[in-house]
Amino acid sequence: MKRIITATVRNRSGVLNRVTSLLQRRQFNIESISVGRTETEGMSKMTFVVDVEDYQKLEQVTKQLNKQIDVIKVSDISEKAIVARELALIKIVSNSQLRGEIQGIIDPFRASIIDISKDSISIQVTGKPEKIEALIELLKPFGIKELARTGVTALVRSQQPASNDSTLPSILG
Amino acid sequence: MERANTQAEQTSMQKEPKTGADLLVESLINEGVETIFGYPGGAALPIFDALYKAQNSFTQILARHEQGSIHAAEGYARVSGKPGVVIATSGPGATNLVTGIADAMIDSLPLIVITGQVAQGIIGTDAFQEVDVMGVTTPITKHNYQVRNVNDLPRIVKEAFHIATTGRPGPVLIDMPKDISAEVITNHLPKEVILDLPGYQPTIKPNPLQIKKLAEAIEQAKKPVILSGAGILFAKASEEIKTFAEKYSIPVASTLLGLGAFPGEHPLFLGMAGMHGTYAANTALYECDLLINIGARFDDRLTGNLASFAPNATVAHIDIDPAEIGKNVPTEIPIVSDAKEALTKLLAHNIQQPTHEDWLVRLHENRKEYPLWYNNPDSEMIGQWVIEKVYEATEGKAIVTTDVGQHQMWTAQFYKFNSPDRWVSSGGLGTMGFGFPAAIGAQLAKPEDTVVSIVGDGGFQMTLQELSILQERGLPVKVIIVNNQALGMVRQWQEAFYSERYSQSIFNIQPDFVKLAESYNVKGLKVTTQQEFIDALPEIFDYEGPVLVDARVIQQENVFPMIAPGKGLNEMIGVKP
Repeated sequence: MKRIITATVRNRSGVLNRVTSLLQRRQFNIESISVGRTETEGMSKMTFVVDVEDYQKLEQVTKQLNKQIDVIKVSDISEKAIVARELALIKIVSNSQLRGEIQGIIDPFRASIIDISKDSISIQVTGKPEKIEALIELLKPFGIKELARTGVTALVRSQQPASNDSTLPSILG
Repeated sequence: MERANTQAEQTSMQKEPKTGADLLVESLINEGVETIFGYPGGAALPIFDALYKAQNSFTQILARHEQGSIHAAEGYARVSGKPGVVIATSGPGATNLVTGIADAMIDSLPLIVITGQVAQGIIGTDAFQEVDVMGVTTPITKHNYQVRNVNDLPRIVKEAFHIATTGRPGPVLIDMPKDISAEVITNHLPKEVILDLPGYQPTIKPNPLQIKKLAEAIEQAKKPVILSGAGILFAKASEEIKTFAEKYSIPVASTLLGLGAFPGEHPLFLGMAGMHGTYAANTALYECDLLINIGARFDDRLTGNLASFAPNATVAHIDIDPAEIGKNVPTEIPIVSDAKEALTKLLAHNIQQPTHEDWLVRLHENRKEYPLWYNNPDSEMIGQWVIEKVYEATEGKAIVTTDVGQHQMWTAQFYKFNSPDRWVSSGGLGTMGFGFPAAIGAQLAKPEDTVVSIVGDGGFQMTLQELSILQERGLPVKVIIVNNQALGMVRQWQEAFYSERYSQSIFNIQPDFVKLAESYNVKGLKVTTQQEFIDALPEIFDYEGPVLVDARVIQQENVFPMIAPGKGLNEMIGVKP
């Protein structure tokens, strides 16, 4: 099952290595990882999407991360109401005749063209990973020359549904 | 006036300026370090120079190999309860420590490991004796530091000691670039050093609700058993577990490393559990309806096949490391706590006296009917017998260290440890070459006690160079080589599981261990029969200095009982018929 885990970590040299080496050593599969500074000086936030077999394994991931001295807080936010976003840059084969068609495809995704050359264009898109997957699928027929994705980063929504609400949002909400 | 000035100037010139290395040494003194296990080298030269200047502050032990230094530090830490301090140089000095660091990590021994490093200006250039010590040791340390600013040093040292010795203990490494060690300190450093560890707050006290849950489970249990682990030793909770077990008549099984936490000859003691554990202990774990694990980590050598481990039990697990709870065995009553705190709370809880007389009778019968056993040959020796004789000769009071393998299992089976912190063995990592240097560290920590190092002929040959320390320090360690001229446990498995194909496990050529001992000025004895060994016992244990005994035992002897790999605790073989 896919889970989104965030870790607040001290912004010290080697901390990313500590965390990834731990995940690798305990055989946890990381689907994506994103890291950046937070509102607090000296603190960074890591967001992982991990693929774990069961809850026992999931509990191990969070406990092992928590044991790291430089890790301040670990949260599994998969079952919370969250906003999760990813950014992708997609370079595809294109020419002047195709541009209109491509524009038509990317518009509903609120994606934008950020670079144009004679035979290619680069598109920027942000959103849930599913949305990005969908756009990539639609652009594939044009020929994807290069693709770069940031991995998911997420925030817990300020307003949470009551805990017994059975209609929890998709984990990649 | 002018004259006075000149004098003052001269004094200040004579007084050497304080360096980063001096500051490191000063910090070690502040932490109360008394013994240092070190081996010098290029990048560590400033540190060893500072140690030279402070030589009255420490006992400094020069091993002959860094692996010897660190295993000695582990033995020292295990019996003294204080962190072992190891200092080595960069590159090969540091990598020679790796086995010991991993060993201390998995067996939760507090160590402070200080490594020299090449100067910061050339880190990353593949300089002479440069290795990425941080990268190498990150997965095998509780935490590690590379000092980048000399002003951080007092804080780093203080944090390192705090991390190594609190919560679940473990090794902490400090990597010291040479320029930091050599840097002259000009600015005044604040006297008070403040820890900066917002991400590190071990849970010491148990959750009262979980204690209540466990108390209720005890009241209802018909077949309760305690699994006693090394966490009891680290928490110094031997008294508490004894009182607790006696108060509610709960039988106790021990892990390998927990031996001595509960008295080995106590009527409630079932013996060691696991692969080579007793029938009584393994049966109790298999049949129990309440399993109270205190400070053990459900290692695979203990549990056997997890699918058939304690199938009918409610599992309660008291551990200071939350990640151990539920890692291998699903746990209904998780208690994150120091063992002593949890036991004290449980004792104060006024649990209604449980009734499980039938269970106690049954376990007692198991103990009586199926004890550990061996067939003793007429005159030749086997390992089990040797260890029983050592146990008798030392009245069970010695500090005993081992390597890994047959001799280790026989010692765990036949040396009854009645008090804590007398048993030093490499459990989790199973490190050959551990036992002998660990005995040196143990003897340094407890100079008045008898320290016996029971080792195999294979493991001893991995670190025998440390015989030099016995000579140099006059340490009266008694080394008993249980010599079967083979890697006994490897040989046993090859016999049982590989159709007797003894691949690389038989030593046809060995040194003359007596001559070897004598070349280090250590008394050496070779014994080949039971009578010779009995006759030699006074020579070994009444003699004031170190002794090395080459005890020749039968090669074909195997360790039993046994649970074959992949089998459950209810599938023991080699139980006394």
